Amino acid sequence: MFKSVLDGAERGPAVTVMVEGQEVEAWEDETVASLLLRHFGTARLTPVSQSPRAPYCMMGVCFDCLAVIDGKWSTQSCLEPVRAGMSIERQNGAREVEQ
Amino acid sequence: MTTDVVIVGAGPAGMAAAIELRALGLSVLVADEQPAPGGQVWRGVERNNATRLAGALGTDYARGEALVRRFRDCGADYRPETQVWQVEEGWKVFLNQGGKASVATARAVLLATGAQERPVPFEGWTLPGVMTVGAAQIMLKSGGFMPQGPVWLRGAGPLPLLYAQQILALGGRIDGIIDTSAPANRAQALRHLPRALRDWRSLAKGARWMRELRRSGIRMVKGVSEVRAEGDERLTHVTWVEDGQPQRAPAALLLTHEGVIPSVHATLSLGCAHDWNAGQRYLAPRLDTWGETTRGGLFVAGDGAGIGGVDAAVARGGLAALGIARRLGDEVDGDKRAAFEADLSRALATRPFLDALYPAPEGRIPDGLMVCRCEEVTAGRIREAAREGAPDPNQVKAATRAGMGPCQGRQCGYTVSRLIAEEHGIEAGHAGFFNIRPPLKPITLGALAALELPEEAE
Repeated sequence: MFKSVLDGAERGPAVTVMVEGQEVEAWEDETVASLLLRHFGTARLTPVSQSPRAPYCMMGVCFDCLAVIDGKWSTQSCLEPVRAGMSIERQNGAREVEQ
Repeated sequence: MTTDVVIVGAGPAGMAAAIELRALGLSVLVADEQPAPGGQVWRGVERNNATRLAGALGTDYARGEALVRRFRDCGADYRPETQVWQVEEGWKVFLNQGGKASVATARAVLLATGAQERPVPFEGWTLPGVMTVGAAQIMLKSGGFMPQGPVWLRGAGPLPLLYAQQILALGGRIDGIIDTSAPANRAQALRHLPRALRDWRSLAKGARWMRELRRSGIRMVKGVSEVRAEGDERLTHVTWVEDGQPQRAPAALLLTHEGVIPSVHATLSLGCAHDWNAGQRYLAPRLDTWGETTRGGLFVAGDGAGIGGVDAAVARGGLAALGIARRLGDEVDGDKRAAFEADLSRALATRPFLDALYPAPEGRIPDGLMVCRCEEVTAGRIREAAREGAPDPNQVKAATRAGMGPCQGRQCGYTVSRLIAEEHGIEAGHAGFFNIRPPLKPITLGALAALELPEEAE
């Protein structure tokens, strides 16, 4: 869906995050929503009909990018810059009680 | 913490106001959701200006860095990655920073929370692969991410033209643009051309984008109906009807845009008076010349005050700063005020022209269309509930769950109000809006646990 035109020094450092148990390389300053969009093309399944959804507005108003970040459900992933070691999962269905 | 002024939002208006208030010797806290200042229009400008993106994003983007630099140096207590989840008269502004809630007490509050793209539902708009033009532009400004084909744009307004032009300048590809604006609007808009000519540079810029797009060979589709996003689990095609004939094209991305509307959740939740902009079909808070709402001490500047664009936002930020200082007992520098007002007037010169050229779309919303993205409620279901009760969005919300999801009506609110108005045969805008209650943004119990209220902290 998206590919960067930047490379090397212009691109800034890469950070490694865990996406659904797999190590994935992301770019410093990109948001989790951006990474999910590039990696899966979706962020969640809706609680009502289990339909796939992707980040829609990227600026915090649509809530279609809700994801589980470091164990925290219903995080607006478009407002969350990636950080090294972060654990990210798509949010499938209704929010579950956190451990 | 206690400060003279809390500003919500570090876009053009918030930054301009902070700089001015600091120059007047007032203490300022600025809370912003993004990791860096600039708002949506100048998102990432400090980083991007040092890359090859700068040239493509254009001079209107690059010039944002000067204001960002002045803002960083102005001595405001700047809080990035911070959400405001409640504002209370008095004034208390409740923050959520790094998963911890806190409260800032202030003598005045300035809301500079900007705008969002107008949600206009169409068949397939919830499919992965469909997103707003603004969202795609944020991908461009946050890492240089280019859309990968086939890429289609649908909608109307200056932003799709600007975005397409930026992608072309970076060597990217747009397959087609479906223009949803009505050709009849052009005649309406021409009436406003004389005033708009006061800002002929902006008009020339728009004309240049159009010319470059025509030259580019991008497929331009006009005067069509029934634009749809098709696909099973994700977008695969875009379809439309042209001269009575169904058309279909493969698509990996369909980017939609139908103009922008002010962000009003905070002022609605505080019970400020709002006025209905009939042409653009949005609510905007009722403000005096300084940007003060009907609740003393609460100010609004930027696109949240009514859509005006970046230069209007900077001017309104400056005016609000003077108005706040005045409310707090300072004398106003008449020359400064006159300068900001002149800037604002010039910045708004093209607005009647643009508003007439790109009015809010009015096409019939089919019953089967999903209006509330969060709770997945169709137009038909909303119409049914509207017929059964009073013309009140809150009744429809209770009956259908439309507007009850995490976005709190930010996507469906105006459509629900419009459907109710249509069913009851009343004027659009007279059906009102959902009651907005805190929290303005979701907050976890864990974050709340960190909250120390001022009374308890003493």
